[in-house]
Amino acid sequence: MSLPPISKRGTPRVRPNLVDYHRAGREFSWDDARARLSGLPGGRGLNIAYEAVDRHASGASGDAVALRCVGRHDELTEVTYADLRRDTSRFANVLCALGAGRGDRVFTLLGRRPELYVTVLGTLKNVGVLAPLFSAFGPEPIYERLRLGDARVLVTSVDLYQRKIAGIRDRLPGLKHVLVVGGEAPEGTISFDRALAAASDVFDIPDTDPEDMALLHFTSGTTGRPKGAIHVHDAVVAHHATARFALDLHPEDVFWCTADPGWVTGMSYGVIAPLTCGLTMVTDAGDFDARRWYRVLAEQRVTVWYTAPTAIRMLMRHGAAVAGEYDLSALRFIASVGEPLNPEAVVWGQEALGLPIHDNWWQTETGAIMIANFAATEIRPGSMGRPVPGIEAALLERGPDGRARVENGRVRVITDGVGELALRPGWPSMFRGYLHEEDRYAKAFAGGWYLSGDIARRDADGYFWFVARADDVIKSAGHLIGPFEVESVLMEHPAVAESGVIGRPDPVAGEVVKAFVTLREGHEANDVLRRELIAFARRRLGAMAPKEIVFDQDLPHTRSGKVMRRLLKSRELGLPDGDVSTLESAS
Amino acid sequence: MTPDEARKMIEEVLADIVPGTDFTALDADADLRESLELDSMDFLTFVTALSDGSGRRIDEDDYPRLATMSAGVAFLTEED
Repeated sequence: MSLPPISKRGTPRVRPNLVDYHRAGREFSWDDARARLSGLPGGRGLNIAYEAVDRHASGASGDAVALRCVGRHDELTEVTYADLRRDTSRFANVLCALGAGRGDRVFTLLGRRPELYVTVLGTLKNVGVLAPLFSAFGPEPIYERLRLGDARVLVTSVDLYQRKIAGIRDRLPGLKHVLVVGGEAPEGTISFDRALAAASDVFDIPDTDPEDMALLHFTSGTTGRPKGAIHVHDAVVAHHATARFALDLHPEDVFWCTADPGWVTGMSYGVIAPLTCGLTMVTDAGDFDARRWYRVLAEQRVTVWYTAPTAIRMLMRHGAAVAGEYDLSALRFIASVGEPLNPEAVVWGQEALGLPIHDNWWQTETGAIMIANFAATEIRPGSMGRPVPGIEAALLERGPDGRARVENGRVRVITDGVGELALRPGWPSMFRGYLHEEDRYAKAFAGGWYLSGDIARRDADGYFWFVARADDVIKSAGHLIGPFEVESVLMEHPAVAESGVIGRPDPVAGEVVKAFVTLREGHEANDVLRRELIAFARRRLGAMAPKEIVFDQDLPHTRSGKVMRRLLKSRELGLPDGDVSTLESAS
Repeated sequence: MTPDEARKMIEEVLADIVPGTDFTALDADADLRESLELDSMDFLTFVTALSDGSGRRIDEDDYPRLATMSAGVAFLTEED
């Protein structure tokens, strides 16, 4: 559905960082953006933690509140920039004492609690590599990522340790140390609090090359295992620049990013970017609850809010009147990411919250926002917006498999119609590799472009509109789920011969995971077995598990014998099977 | 609806979402989302199924009253 554009009238309360879109694009350079950061003293390089914490802590804003953490039971913890510098230095010293140094992978499996921020930034100080995990994952996806990412240290809670780590620990010989928060440390783990208390709060950040590995984010593709996207310290240049342009962050802001810290948004904009701006960040450890969220927005006087379509659609179910019961007068800018925001939701924001919602687009691989609707520019509801300054985006002509057509290493840029969305490499937060998988990394580029795998179109004014994914990955509640990972776990069950996993459209979550299962001979398709499979998948996969399982003894196959997920999906959508020969070559 | 019927209905609905749950081990006052690891989609399914099963309209504002087993039983047995 098409809704009229939302123009920006009147004088905004705060002058936007980006006022004239075309001029900002013309005048922008990454070198200028880099110059907005401090760099390590003495020209010793660029370190994310220094830009996020130490440079503010040592200045006039040392006593400014960096974090305002709302606990599950509404208890409030405030952390100043000076506090954060001391605690992250302590954690860096803890890592050193454990023998974990430059390049060593430190994983987190933690909710939004103060220790998370200390771990992330302390690891970066120590020039270690931080790899966050989603705590709603089950033990299997957690095990797989710890193994593939060469985890040396893990920081988690006592509860999560007992539920998800204890059972897989002996399969992870490389995991030398586990630090736990929130209670008595179980055998084989170290108390985070005690270790921190015993460590010095002074730490000199070692020389940091901007190209040193800083973050490892796991993401999913259509086939194979999860991929660990590598990001470097130089990414902070893009984090900071895009936070100013696309989220319009100013040092005076109170900013709340609702993304889980286990995903890239929760790191780039839930930890790093806002702190580089020297503002106050609000975090909430509680689960989604409409009234709770409105209360946090109101009580914390949040000025800029970054959330996700699923959450907005859940708020919409509660109706606009509920929002009216809260004082949201401090709020001045709202943005959304994770999946395309439907036009109705953009407009609902205006009615219920008094502000339209600004959709933007980026990926784990891009590290930072690439395409956005800006504070000062017209919103086209349903569009992801236009490229942020410094980013060149294009659409590439597609071949029969639905992806960009590559011939002799060349691609063709199209100006009309629908194509694969591609970006010109060179921005600082672009991923630098998939860990241990050079081939997969090379395949992400062609003809001088990074290929996003998203299909889009562009209107005459340069606004991009999402059309579809070119592959079979599932987007559920903004989280990317690889069908292969789910299928592999289902096939570990003795009754399952084969499975095909797709995203079933859902009005709230975008998609939910649905599995089609073929049983081995001798097993009867009945409700008892269906429930057993759901329980089996939930225990291993957690939030990645299928919500729906159906039996199908006749799954469609390609000539090479692979399950044709696209055909399953088109059937699910009630579409004609279409040209099966195309589908066969696509799978 | 009696408290026993309400508990049975909640258990049946939850068993559909999280099969294999041992309800005897479930603390009646524990947060269901936390202890059964329900995500927001699971919780929506839970509420919708309870509403269908009990024939009772459950508003979004009532969701917090279904946070634990004991709260849910109290809610479902309440006079309309």
